[in-house]
Amino acid sequence: MKQRKFLNTIIAFSFLVGGTLLVTNCEVDETQKVANLTNLVMSDEFDVDGAPDPDLWGYDLGDGTAQGLPAGWGNNELQVYTDSPDNVSVENGLLVITARQVGANQYTSARLTTQVNFDQQYGRFEARMRLPLGKGIWPAFWLLGNDCDENPWPQCGEIDVMEYLGDAPTVIFGSAHGPGYNGGDSISKEYDLGNDRFDTGFHVFGIEWGPDFINYYVDGDLYQQITPEITAEEAIEKDGITNPGEWVFNRPFYIIMNIAVGGDLPGAPNADTVFPQRMFVDYVRVYN
Amino acid sequence: MMKNINLVKSKTIVLFGLLIVFNFGCERDLTDQAVPATFPNTADIYTDNPVGLTDEFFISFDPAGGANTGAFDTDDNEAYEGTSSIRIDVPASNDPDGNFVGGIFKDRGEGRDLTGYDALTFWAKGSVTGTLSQVGFGTDFEDDRYPASRSDIQLTTNWKKYIVPIPDPSKLVQEKGMFLFSAGGFDILGDGPNGNEIGWIFWLDEIRFEKLGTNLTVGAEIFEGQEIMRDEFIDTAFGVSGVAHTVNLGSTGENISMNLSAAYFDYESSNPSVADVNADGDVEVIGLSGTTTITASLEGFGANGSLTVTSNGIFPHAPIPAQNATNVVSLFSDSYTNVPVRHYNGFFLPFQTTQGGAGADPNNVDLQVPYPDGSPDNIINYTALNFVSIGMYESVPNVDVSAATHLHVDIFVREDIEPGDFIRLEMESGTFSGPTASGSFLLNSTALMDNMNEDGWTVLDIPLSSFSGNIDFTSLGQLFFISDGTISDIWVDNVYYYNE
Repeated sequence: MKQRKFLNTIIAFSFLVGGTLLVTNCEVDETQKVANLTNLVMSDEFDVDGAPDPDLWGYDLGDGTAQGLPAGWGNNELQVYTDSPDNVSVENGLLVITARQVGANQYTSARLTTQVNFDQQYGRFEARMRLPLGKGIWPAFWLLGNDCDENPWPQCGEIDVMEYLGDAPTVIFGSAHGPGYNGGDSISKEYDLGNDRFDTGFHVFGIEWGPDFINYYVDGDLYQQITPEITAEEAIEKDGITNPGEWVFNRPFYIIMNIAVGGDLPGAPNADTVFPQRMFVDYVRVYN
Repeated sequence: MMKNINLVKSKTIVLFGLLIVFNFGCERDLTDQAVPATFPNTADIYTDNPVGLTDEFFISFDPAGGANTGAFDTDDNEAYEGTSSIRIDVPASNDPDGNFVGGIFKDRGEGRDLTGYDALTFWAKGSVTGTLSQVGFGTDFEDDRYPASRSDIQLTTNWKKYIVPIPDPSKLVQEKGMFLFSAGGFDILGDGPNGNEIGWIFWLDEIRFEKLGTNLTVGAEIFEGQEIMRDEFIDTAFGVSGVAHTVNLGSTGENISMNLSAAYFDYESSNPSVADVNADGDVEVIGLSGTTTITASLEGFGANGSLTVTSNGIFPHAPIPAQNATNVVSLFSDSYTNVPVRHYNGFFLPFQTTQGGAGADPNNVDLQVPYPDGSPDNIINYTALNFVSIGMYESVPNVDVSAATHLHVDIFVREDIEPGDFIRLEMESGTFSGPTASGSFLLNSTALMDNMNEDGWTVLDIPLSSFSGNIDFTSLGQLFFISDGTISDIWVDNVYYYNE
């Protein structure tokens, strides 16, 4: 339903702009400007082999219990995050996050975060990545509001620039989570690559974020816009509490990159899932 | 001086250049012919009608093999897209007209260029959730060089799209085998294939080749992924076997297993002067000595499994028997007419481990290596030997060797002979015909070594009087080779009785 409403918005917009645009309206990259912000604020090109730059990246470690979450990071995920070179390293100009099987139903992986060293309100967040493969493999490039300690999730907001399930290698999805729209009810849209796969080559995943919009893109295609009007449609009243569908994307957010294994969304790995699985990141860049 | 020389060269070059131009001008036809022939790249196989297929459209598998040729039709009341589909009325397993349906669609021309596609796709739906036993392409009932298929695709009762990846499209420059399918009755009771399967219907539509760009090879193997070692002799030829291909389908994320021809793989021999391998995976030993390893890849994906072949040079044939045929009763020799036998290996379970020597045809046993004159030399190769017999009883008469004085047998022990190794020859008379009696002759390791010729054959002429027991040589039923596992791999040739 949400996606259909969004599509209608786009079509209505096209009508407003005029007939000539209508003709080429399906050729997204010719009629829509994907990214407007070009002033580079921060980037990691992963050019130095070894551990990722400690002045930018930190780690979320363990199974989530140290962070006050139920084991499995609140999603029944199966991996334990480490900062070991077995799970995270920079090699040949790429950040490599590796998910490994270390026993029956036991996995290790890594989750990098800029929580301590970098956050920004608004701008363009972009990464060029090659994704892993297999049922139960759940990588992500995402942002969290930097005040989750004071305003517990989902009030602090979450912007998922890219999520992907390893048993659907042609599809990624971009989402936003906030009060009234979170977890399985987030505002989300899929992008299908069509005649290619995300695990066989590099692709650029990004958002451009302003006071009243988040635009999601893959390579040259803008495929989703989320606005306060859209989050407002999520307003619900339940158990006497009114949830306004509040637009919470008005604070600095920091970057997270990880591979989860198993969990409620992807399901567990199956016999066809090969380990180790690796996610390669060519760069992370932030503009304003 | 230098300049002059250069100048002369330039002139010469100019003249050659003119000549070349003239030559091209004269042989225009040849130049045109030198362009490789290309074939149509028509993608569609069936839309609302067959596209570019033979007039018979559906070419059934052989009815003699159980294929029901009346099960194929088109249906103007069902279609995924357009106005028509293919309707298959799968017969029940007790249908007297044939208990399965299957066959091919074939290109009506010289074949199609499929190098620009990476999958066969089609839509299908079933009257029940029946299973297509096989769906694929590359079978044309002519060369059948590039068959590729998927097995056991369970349909749904609604239209659904199915994908059969092309293992390596670059091979299919001129393919006539457009489509292949087979299906049998629906196992409604779910009690396995036992003859009570019922008939069902499925429809096929929008069959075509496509470039999906989303198939990913995640596994490939030859020789079932094993690293095989073989000792062979020159001129021996054999094929690559145990090929497999696993593809991850981007559209569904599932891994599927392909059945495919060995010809889809690209092969490499690390030392082609020892053994060569052709594009179809046929290996031929051509070197007198040395070792080579055959490996393969599929569209650049290195296949698991390899074959390491060591050439042992020219095959060491056993000595050609010199006895006059009138004095001989032969059980196994290319030099004489052999008496009929029940078996060259009785496979007496559960105690017998011995392999090799299957059947009763002396011209179709384990090894057949040509003599220099081209005539065949058949050799039995017993492996995992503990005991084995050549049997002349039950379905064939016992053999009368009472006129003979000796047993001749050539044995090539295909391993090092250790102290304690032995082969005991044992004969049994009266098998299945009367009272039995038996007797034996022991070949210990010394006897095996002392009677070995320079090629490695232990050549034996044993007086029948040397056998123990009271064998009735008028009704010989079995000749045993017994090692109790001390020797496991032997060649056997020229087993005959003769009168000296």
